[in-house]
Amino acid sequence: MIAPNIQLDPQGRLRHLLTIEGLKRQMLIEILDAAESFTTVAGQAVKKVPLLRGKAIVNLFFESSTRTLTTFELAAKRLSADVLKVNVGTSATNKGESLLDMLRNLEAMHCDMFVVRHAESGAAHFIASKVAPHISVINAGDGRHAHPTQALLDIFTIRRHKKEFAPLTVAIVGDIMHSRVARSQIHALTTLGVSELRVVAPKTLIPSHASSLGVHVYHDLTEGIRDADVVITLRLQKERMESAQLPSEHEYFRQYGLTPEKLRAAKPDAIVMHPGPINRGVEMSSEVADGPQSVILEQVTNGIAVRMAVMSMVLGRAPEGTV
Amino acid sequence: MGLQIKNGRVIDPANNIDSVQDVFIERGRIAALGKAPAGFTAKTQIDASGQIVCPGLVDLCVRLREPGFEHKGNIATESRAAAKSGVTTVCCPPDTNPVIDTPGTIEYILERAGEVGLAKVAVLGALTQGLTGKQLSEMYGLKRAGCAGVSNAYHGINSQVMRRAMEYAASAGLTVFINAEDASLRAGGCMHEGQVSMRLGLPGIPECAETIAVARELQLVELTGVRAHFCHLSTAKAAQMVANARQEGLPVTADVAVSHLFLTEMDIGFFDSNCRVKPPLRTQRDMEALRAALTQRSISAICSDHQPHDVDAKLAPFPSSEPGISAIETLLPLSLRLVEMGVLSLPGAIACITSQPAAILGLDAGRLSVGGAADICIFDPERQWDFSEAQMVSFGKNSPFIGWEFTGCVTHTLLDGKPVYQRSE
Repeated sequence: MIAPNIQLDPQGRLRHLLTIEGLKRQMLIEILDAAESFTTVAGQAVKKVPLLRGKAIVNLFFESSTRTLTTFELAAKRLSADVLKVNVGTSATNKGESLLDMLRNLEAMHCDMFVVRHAESGAAHFIASKVAPHISVINAGDGRHAHPTQALLDIFTIRRHKKEFAPLTVAIVGDIMHSRVARSQIHALTTLGVSELRVVAPKTLIPSHASSLGVHVYHDLTEGIRDADVVITLRLQKERMESAQLPSEHEYFRQYGLTPEKLRAAKPDAIVMHPGPINRGVEMSSEVADGPQSVILEQVTNGIAVRMAVMSMVLGRAPEGTV
Repeated sequence: MGLQIKNGRVIDPANNIDSVQDVFIERGRIAALGKAPAGFTAKTQIDASGQIVCPGLVDLCVRLREPGFEHKGNIATESRAAAKSGVTTVCCPPDTNPVIDTPGTIEYILERAGEVGLAKVAVLGALTQGLTGKQLSEMYGLKRAGCAGVSNAYHGINSQVMRRAMEYAASAGLTVFINAEDASLRAGGCMHEGQVSMRLGLPGIPECAETIAVARELQLVELTGVRAHFCHLSTAKAAQMVANARQEGLPVTADVAVSHLFLTEMDIGFFDSNCRVKPPLRTQRDMEALRAALTQRSISAICSDHQPHDVDAKLAPFPSSEPGISAIETLLPLSLRLVEMGVLSLPGAIACITSQPAAILGLDAGRLSVGGAADICIFDPERQWDFSEAQMVSFGKNSPFIGWEFTGCVTHTLLDGKPVYQRSE
């Protein structure tokens, strides 16, 4: 008995955004199209649209973040929403207040949306299942589970460079095991129907049942990115060395780090992506990170438009029951 | 001055009885089956027409939460849940607080259970002091205080200490109850490592966390000659390993938790914390193999692995919710469902929750022998009912079976001939 997908309302519209899993292709395209329309806002003299005026959005980050937090905040402000940041590191959950009590208090302040980042998989689903009906939840990363807006901005960036998804070969390189970004990218790219999706890493960083999600598993970087149109590298956490998953950053870079030489195995017009922050000399060399094929900074810029699209779609819905 | 249970279908697998007959009870003991003994007068009669009269259930693993976790339940609340469920003997593992590693704690629990008087309690003593896996507990002393066996619950224990503990337990004539799990392979895992954990990004507990532990313990059983019982096996492979060992004549037995016979990793859906349990719910293939192991009798007991929780224990993101299912009230109905599905015969299913677990505990229970204690469960095998939170008696309402429809419902539970539960309406 699988629980219904709680992120959709009875009309099939986005009520929360918790995971890419279960979203239809049409929904993803709709989000990308909306994001496209928001890209021009940043070029205006007044970088604001009044779509969410009067709405209150709370950024609830239980785990530190720079990029995601900042782009969510900017996106909300450009939509004219009021934005509140709860610094959970110093707030009441450290004083023993339960997560649920904290949510109840924020609800009592008449907020409309929680943007949540949490170290535990399932945290966003948990919060979404407990909030009052008028509140929407956007998952800004939960444990190893999902980071849907990151995946959306990644496919948005890919679409801007490659137009069609169907002919693409995409390789995701790095720590798939612990990556919520990878899981969301895999759902997004399989839903959009890329021709081939690969994951590349030593076995210690690939979950035992990865192929059940429709990806091809490679342990050799050159083989894994051969003729790829898109190479996505993932951030490597330092803890992996301590937990016996890797011997050293040095060896990782030698085997799996992207250099201009290794990148030649991919298509000449392949783009290189990274969700940030990059460990230069670990996941890739600076020549690649700053090179002509890198679209890493574009990803950051696109993050704002994509988050504006998601927030406006979720909060801008007509009341339920009226279509 | 006796009690007569009339016209019920008496099923007592240990004595190979399955027929409609009366049961006569005097002074808390079974006085006779079939014909009234000389001079018997029935002060009370229970009409059990159309019902099944069987031994009171013996549940191999029930956490009473007392002492130490009274915010999750206590001996009174969970004994009441047992009585409602037809369970007359519950066995409680040693991971209370304080740990059951002294005669004093055993005496406390047995005394409290006696005062409550709704269920008999068998106690497992700690295998090592404080369950820390370092120093052996005073097993002879625990045995004198009445423990039914020894166990280190889920607390890891290294191979050398395990060997010594088994040798010592064998000398004391105690059965070692084993929760087979390699702690380092579990690491931070909170569900079965497989397709679903991959999808949900939850740290997984691999199958080999169980099989490696079972392999080690089987080697040590062979070496030490101790009688060992594997608690709640969850994988097909481990069940097969135990089956092979039994065939080779090793003194080992195993049980399965009833939830593992009906739920799999898929039931976690999108992070349903009520399906978080230890050992984790595994695959469909594992579930089917566990059922088959019951059919083939390599697993001889079904327990509830009852773990009542306070509401807050499950009100958290999946990885920080606490494992366990409040399951005692579903033990009989789910076991009856196995009969419906053809996994077990009705007497076979009853044996798995009465005489066979009693034998594992070395208790004179789970049977309707003349002269024995009149611990009896009477249930209506046809009655359909919906399992709802409102009617749960256990303090813990944490059950993934809420909303299931069951067939078969306890109408009376007798403990030493005394009614401790009677279905009202």
